[in-house]
Amino acid sequence: MITREYQFPLSGSTMPAGEPVLTVSDVSLRFGGVQALDGVALTVRQGEIHAVIGPNGAGKSSLLNCVSGLYRPQRGSIRLVRADGAVDLVGRRPDQIARLGLARSFQNIELFRHLTVLENLMLGRHHRMSHALLPALVWFGPARRQEIEHRALVEEVIDLLELQVVRHQPVGALSYGYAKRVELGRALCMQPAVLLLDEPMAGMNAEEKESLARYVLDVNELAGVSVVLVEHDMDVVMDISHAVTVLDFGRLIADGPPAQVRRDPPVISAYLGEAAR
Amino acid sequence: MSTFPELLFARAAEHPRATAMQEKRYGVWQPLSWARYARRVRELAHGLAGLGVGRGDVVAVLGDNRPEWLITELAVQCLGGAVVGVYPSSVGEEIRHVLSLAEVRVVVAEDQEQVDKLIRLKDQLPKLATIVYYDPRGLAGYPQPYLERFTDIEAAGAEQAEAQPSWLAARLALVHPDDTAIICTTSGTTARPKLAELTHANLIAMAEHLAEIDPVLPGYRYVSFLPLAWIGEQMLAVACGLRHGLTLSFPEDAATQRTDLREIAPDVMFSPPRIWESMLSEVQVRIDEAGWLKRRVFGWAYQVGDRMAARRSAGRAAGALLRAAHRVADAVGLRPVRDQLGLLRIKRCYTGGAALSPDVFRFFHALGVNLRQIYGQTEICGIAVAHRDGDLRFHTVGGPIPGTELRISDGGEILLRSPSVFRGYLHDPAATAAATDADGWLHTGDAGYLDDGHLVVIDRQADVLHRPDGSRFSSAFIENRLKFSPYVEEAVAFHGGRGVTAMLCLDPATVGAWAERARIGYTTYTDLAAQPAVADLLAAEVARANADLPATMRIRRFVLLHKQLDPDDDEITRTRKVRRNVIATRYADIIAALDGDEPTVEVDTTVAYQDGTTAERAITLTIHRPVDVEQLAGRRRRPAWSGRA
Repeated sequence: MITREYQFPLSGSTMPAGEPVLTVSDVSLRFGGVQALDGVALTVRQGEIHAVIGPNGAGKSSLLNCVSGLYRPQRGSIRLVRADGAVDLVGRRPDQIARLGLARSFQNIELFRHLTVLENLMLGRHHRMSHALLPALVWFGPARRQEIEHRALVEEVIDLLELQVVRHQPVGALSYGYAKRVELGRALCMQPAVLLLDEPMAGMNAEEKESLARYVLDVNELAGVSVVLVEHDMDVVMDISHAVTVLDFGRLIADGPPAQVRRDPPVISAYLGEAAR
Repeated sequence: MSTFPELLFARAAEHPRATAMQEKRYGVWQPLSWARYARRVRELAHGLAGLGVGRGDVVAVLGDNRPEWLITELAVQCLGGAVVGVYPSSVGEEIRHVLSLAEVRVVVAEDQEQVDKLIRLKDQLPKLATIVYYDPRGLAGYPQPYLERFTDIEAAGAEQAEAQPSWLAARLALVHPDDTAIICTTSGTTARPKLAELTHANLIAMAEHLAEIDPVLPGYRYVSFLPLAWIGEQMLAVACGLRHGLTLSFPEDAATQRTDLREIAPDVMFSPPRIWESMLSEVQVRIDEAGWLKRRVFGWAYQVGDRMAARRSAGRAAGALLRAAHRVADAVGLRPVRDQLGLLRIKRCYTGGAALSPDVFRFFHALGVNLRQIYGQTEICGIAVAHRDGDLRFHTVGGPIPGTELRISDGGEILLRSPSVFRGYLHDPAATAAATDADGWLHTGDAGYLDDGHLVVIDRQADVLHRPDGSRFSSAFIENRLKFSPYVEEAVAFHGGRGVTAMLCLDPATVGAWAERARIGYTTYTDLAAQPAVADLLAAEVARANADLPATMRIRRFVLLHKQLDPDDDEITRTRKVRRNVIATRYADIIAALDGDEPTVEVDTTVAYQDGTTAERAITLTIHRPVDVEQLAGRRRRPAWSGRA
């Protein structure tokens, strides 16, 4: 039988759906006199889109940077739960954390502009390739087999995100919406246990946002990847997330399903100001 | 050889390892050999029999062009049934109409998108029992018990095939050449589409007759990218494909059609005018972006190619000097452009389905592409009349193909008779009786006349206009003149009390590129169409069309519509033919204003947002006048290959 199903699991987590995959507890981060995060806790469950929202300066990106290892919180723990037990991420280097299965995209597009879409996506496989110098140089034996296998997975990501038409174009020539999708794709090529997206829809118009939201949903529903979505735009988030955590001035002010969070008085005041209450 | 399954199994026995079709998936062309194709058909036939498909049943297929489409078609035909294709872009009522009219019990759908559409219609289709899908992504969690995976049906069929190896042969023996093989929807520019039943014998006769004038060799490449629900695609991909052994290629994605076409560089192609027109537009845009030297070189090469083509289409030999010049011109200017368009290997290529502007024709011939007009209808398997090599006249559609008789009725209607005339409309004996007479003549409903053995098609009889001097005239003639402009995507001409007027839709790609060059900022299509500079551009374009029209038929006033015509709004068919009656009622205000003298017209538009809400908005459209034809006299005539004046 020739099936059209994807052959590679894009989710790197083997936890059953609904179980915690990433737990953040009591995380505090301080830059000198600024308390960026103050005792923040949240639990991301397998197969969910978990949104972290809040006004500018609420500490969303700081939290993400703590999780991906760019910042080191002074207090608290961040644990990635795997089938063989939980791993504390605090104190590990970003590359170690990436290897453990946390992939992220950045608020500003961080791609290699002169490389093609395909090459950028292949870079998402880089940490899983072993490079023996000689076979890699002459494109021979194991190096060749390895690259073909990784290319097969990358092609499934291209198919999922509908990037076929720009496959061989340099990223620098692409529109903003396409570039964002490529960045999402590169993170996905890492077969992450949890995918961290830092304001993927910032700077987009309504149509572009809707299109990207659809791809995030596809990534979650079709590929089964758990997503942490840090977002400034509340409307998009409420439509596609399973759980929402709201931060304000580094503190957690609400946590729960979107319908509940939307009605939460502190959330309304944080977003709309006191007068709206 | 008299039925499609027989042709398939014969090819599989003769050339088991030759490639029957290939699909681009994951960036690689993935081939399917004739032997494997035949095996999948056999297994699926057993599987579909398990779902209750039998003789006389109609199975619907709803999806893009994929190997599974053809495998389903052949499997159903093995069982003595027929397939009806539904355009994959169809929605709601269109799908329901076809499925309920054909009393479809099994639908083979492509993916989640198509399955979702069918689930929503399920309650209104009491006969629909099973939906089979071949792209399972996203459908894993669907609870509906009537959903089946294509691969599961194939697997069940494979088991059956093993258990009862001679069962299918017995079914195949019952399949008769006069059984219905496919059901094609008519384009339905005036009413809801009818379902035309075409038999194996009809289609195979057509494929054989066509090959008598244009031989097709096994292994010729064909790219299948137009909907298989359309007779034109069935004609080439299935009838000629099986009869002559074409190798089919299915593009990766709708967006990559052009690049995939170029990669394959087909030997055979059949497309409606819009594909050729858009290729011309692409050349025009890219040549205009090229530098001075390239423009000059191409201009010279084109001019040589054009002279050569004029000789060739008249069947005359070219002189030694011209031949030598042409060799150089081809190498430096023409061949590279053919290569860019994916036409490097083209041997047989046709346009049909609607009239193609003579200027577009001439362009392709100058390039060295032997494009030929064919004329036919769904009811006669898509082709009955065609141009011959060495006897080409751009304003005609040529002469009848072998085995076909052609006659013009006293009322000026084109009548055709051949072994390819269809069996009838499904469940509609009244319409069938109206379309065919007792002697087997098909009444096409098209007006035309014979010009020295060549057929000239004017238009649908209902749309033909009679000029005061008694001659017949067609809106399509005027519209084609307008559409020759690279900036015009669609044109609809009206005949009011005070002369001819026209409603134009811009081609957003070419006008957008022009606006960029002219440094005109715009946001949406509506905004672009309202720019005064764009109106000036189009006023000159309309004037150029006017220059080629007889004085009484010149466009007096025109309007740039605020939106593109859209099949979802019923304004145009899925094969992109304008529905005049819909336009006439929907835009009655505009049409009335065009005929008057007011400089503007108010239109109420309904804007539908993606969340389902709608808003009413009033837009003021300006009515423009074309530049006077006399003013054009001083200007140089624009070459066919350029959008620049």
